[in-house]
Amino acid sequence: MNAPVFIAGVGAISAIGNNSAECLVALENEQPGMGEMVYLESLHSKTLPVAEVKLDNETLAQRLGLSAVISRTAMLSMMAAKEALENAGIPDLTAFRTGFISANTVGGMDRTEQFFAGFLADNKNGRLRDIVHHECGYITELVADSLGIRNYVSTISTACSSSANSIFYAARLIRNNILDVVIAGGTDALTKFTLNGFNTLMILDQEFCRPFDENRKGLNLGEGAGYVVLVSESVAAMLKSAPACKLSGYCNANDAYHQTASSPDGTGSFLAMKGALERSRLAADDIDYINLHGTGTQNNDIAEGTAIRRLFGPQYPKMSSTKSFTGHTLGASGGLEAVFSALAIREQIIYPNLRLQTPMKELPFIPEKGLIKNSGVKHVLSNSFGFGGNCSSLIFSKI
Amino acid sequence: MDKLIQDLKVQIIAQLNLQDLKPEDIGDDQPLFVEGLGLDSIDALELIVLLQKQYKIKLSNAEDGPKVFRSVRTMAEYIMEHQPQIS
Amino acid sequence: MKLYIRATGNISPQKTFGHPAFLTQPVEHFGNRLNAVEPDYKSFIDVKQIRRMSRIIKMGVAAAMECLQEAGVEIPGAIVTGTAYGCLEDTGIFLTKIVEQHEELLAPTAFIQSTHNTVGAQIALLLHCNGYNNVFVHRGFSFESAMLDAMLLLKEGETDNVLVGGLDEITGISHAILTRFGLYKREPVANFDLFTRSSKGTIAGEGAAFFLLASQSSLNDYAQLDGLTSFYKPADIKETENHILSFLSIQSILPAEIDLVITGRNGNVKDDRVYDSLEQSVFKHIDSVNYKQLCGEYPTSVSFALWLAANILKSGTVPAILGYSGNKGNEIKKILIYHQAQNIHHSLLLISAC
Repeated sequence: MNAPVFIAGVGAISAIGNNSAECLVALENEQPGMGEMVYLESLHSKTLPVAEVKLDNETLAQRLGLSAVISRTAMLSMMAAKEALENAGIPDLTAFRTGFISANTVGGMDRTEQFFAGFLADNKNGRLRDIVHHECGYITELVADSLGIRNYVSTISTACSSSANSIFYAARLIRNNILDVVIAGGTDALTKFTLNGFNTLMILDQEFCRPFDENRKGLNLGEGAGYVVLVSESVAAMLKSAPACKLSGYCNANDAYHQTASSPDGTGSFLAMKGALERSRLAADDIDYINLHGTGTQNNDIAEGTAIRRLFGPQYPKMSSTKSFTGHTLGASGGLEAVFSALAIREQIIYPNLRLQTPMKELPFIPEKGLIKNSGVKHVLSNSFGFGGNCSSLIFSKI
Repeated sequence: MDKLIQDLKVQIIAQLNLQDLKPEDIGDDQPLFVEGLGLDSIDALELIVLLQKQYKIKLSNAEDGPKVFRSVRTMAEYIMEHQPQIS
Repeated sequence: MKLYIRATGNISPQKTFGHPAFLTQPVEHFGNRLNAVEPDYKSFIDVKQIRRMSRIIKMGVAAAMECLQEAGVEIPGAIVTGTAYGCLEDTGIFLTKIVEQHEELLAPTAFIQSTHNTVGAQIALLLHCNGYNNVFVHRGFSFESAMLDAMLLLKEGETDNVLVGGLDEITGISHAILTRFGLYKREPVANFDLFTRSSKGTIAGEGAAFFLLASQSSLNDYAQLDGLTSFYKPADIKETENHILSFLSIQSILPAEIDLVITGRNGNVKDDRVYDSLEQSVFKHIDSVNYKQLCGEYPTSVSFALWLAANILKSGTVPAILGYSGNKGNEIKKILIYHQAQNIHHSLLLISAC
């Protein structure tokens, strides 16, 4: 049950790059991906900055060799999952029990929105091909089928912690000897549904977001996908290049405080981080870097910060929120940040937390403002907390 | 002002789907949140929409909520202040 | 390692809530939409909480509470739910408002309650349960994935009990759209005539069924949960047969040792061909009954089938409405649930009498 689970490959697409290498360059050069809305059509296009992937749907379909545009959520997922699988370089995938476990929050909602206006006017209207991929699970199957994966497919949706949970579940399927290889992570495209939804909660910043800043005003929504290829020890031994890190800890807890807000003392976040540490058999001071959930909302950052103070004080690891680059990519964020965590270990760097001017007065620590090279980072804790109190933490460790 | 208070009670019940309440069950000065009517932060966001929809008043800072939404009377006062033609 | 089904809670198109006599008063439905028989939720859920809850949230929360009550468990070690469609009613409301109000003056409640984890989160919130909480949203595998997660948690020793449920709702919008996809029968049909005619389409259903799975026997359990597997898009019927046989061999039983198969037949001639074929091969000489005439077709209906199987084992009776023609009656000790949806999602669940 405690067999190691290795990260054999990574793949990412986000507002800061169309693959993991491009994302890494942007992270090193402090280039955030937010800007004025270009691809999503919305009444709020001039007022709410978003972090869009810099490719339109036609280009995405073309790069993927698809004959027609499908849900952007699925196309982003295919881009990142394909990269992850290629990156892993597993010689013969058919020799193993391989699974694809993805996550998203609103499935093919981008297309459902196109269907819906016509449908509302007359329920015989609206093209069925626009709604056929509405279900979260359908998005996963489009990608699994394109990768030729059939042994196990599933989809998790726990709001903003969705893809941390898919990685977590994937690792357990390997440890329980049900699968040998799993591509796990998540995807979400920007949609009017989520943009307007978060807008009703009044937690969207009209400027670029400022996670963990005293004057933070909210989050920016982003889109993208991130996947890691998890493999068992025996598969890892067959790889040409040895994996640089493993997934050593994970935990899922529920805040059970409020439908959308986090508890003031960050109960759920605290339990998730503490549980992940216990699972990895590491002590708090073994953690070198925390990739924060760090959305930039008043509520999240104080709850997460308080939980970190309770668990780590008085010695704090280095920290940053890469959402200051990618925006909050919801169902993709845990997957993307897992990729960034693995890259931080491989490249021995720690990412900056952009636009941090005034540290939060309640907290005794300050996230990193600039890039740190030769960081000596061995263990990275990645946090993903969501609505409904769903909190998950993952720990990645250098081999 | 009395009519505005009455209207508000009806509108609050509808907006928040307070199925078991009648307008006369809500006191003019009864606190709406926590110990009073038991409303929460999601209701506060709903009330912001109510103000905007019914009275064209935009409460841009959610943090003003607790003050404005303390009771039906404070809501009415806020409306009068910002839309004096409604009374 | 043995796992047990200690308690159940079920809201369905039949009278199942409140643990009444086991399907002795079957509910007949006419038309192609079977709505759940819902209780007065105010007796189970605080009025203040109810006002924001859509039907699926109320169904899920009430079924979960009933299950925990029966188990005598206040706070479960973990909560895992499976739902393919999630909270459709709130999704529909928010989408409609976006269109009608041109993205202006939108209220937050429908959006907040529309996320797929709403029901699991609401249960955790009402119970103040800080434990593991996960939600699977994978079409015809949603409930099966939730069950596998729960079973693994017990095997891993993370906890000794898990609340697991499968749930989906029908809304006016979803029914209209799925009708356009040709899923449902065009001609008027009574649910109990579902298998007496051979025509295209099935009948829509919904429900929420929860189970308390435990790693230790309470001496008053419904059944023992032996195993579960699922497989995706088998190439042909041969592959399906092989999956079934290999599952049985892993469970160390022969087909002849199965007393009853509960199948996912839905009355659509095309969907039912797979079952027809298997009844000539691996399931030959095994008694079988169907269940979708009771609850209708929905992606997490296997949760209803599990409730049915668990109750057959506990009560030692097969309700008359199932038209069971075998002669094992109270001798039924091992039940296999076999379900497939559109020949894409196949699953097997084996349970036995305690």
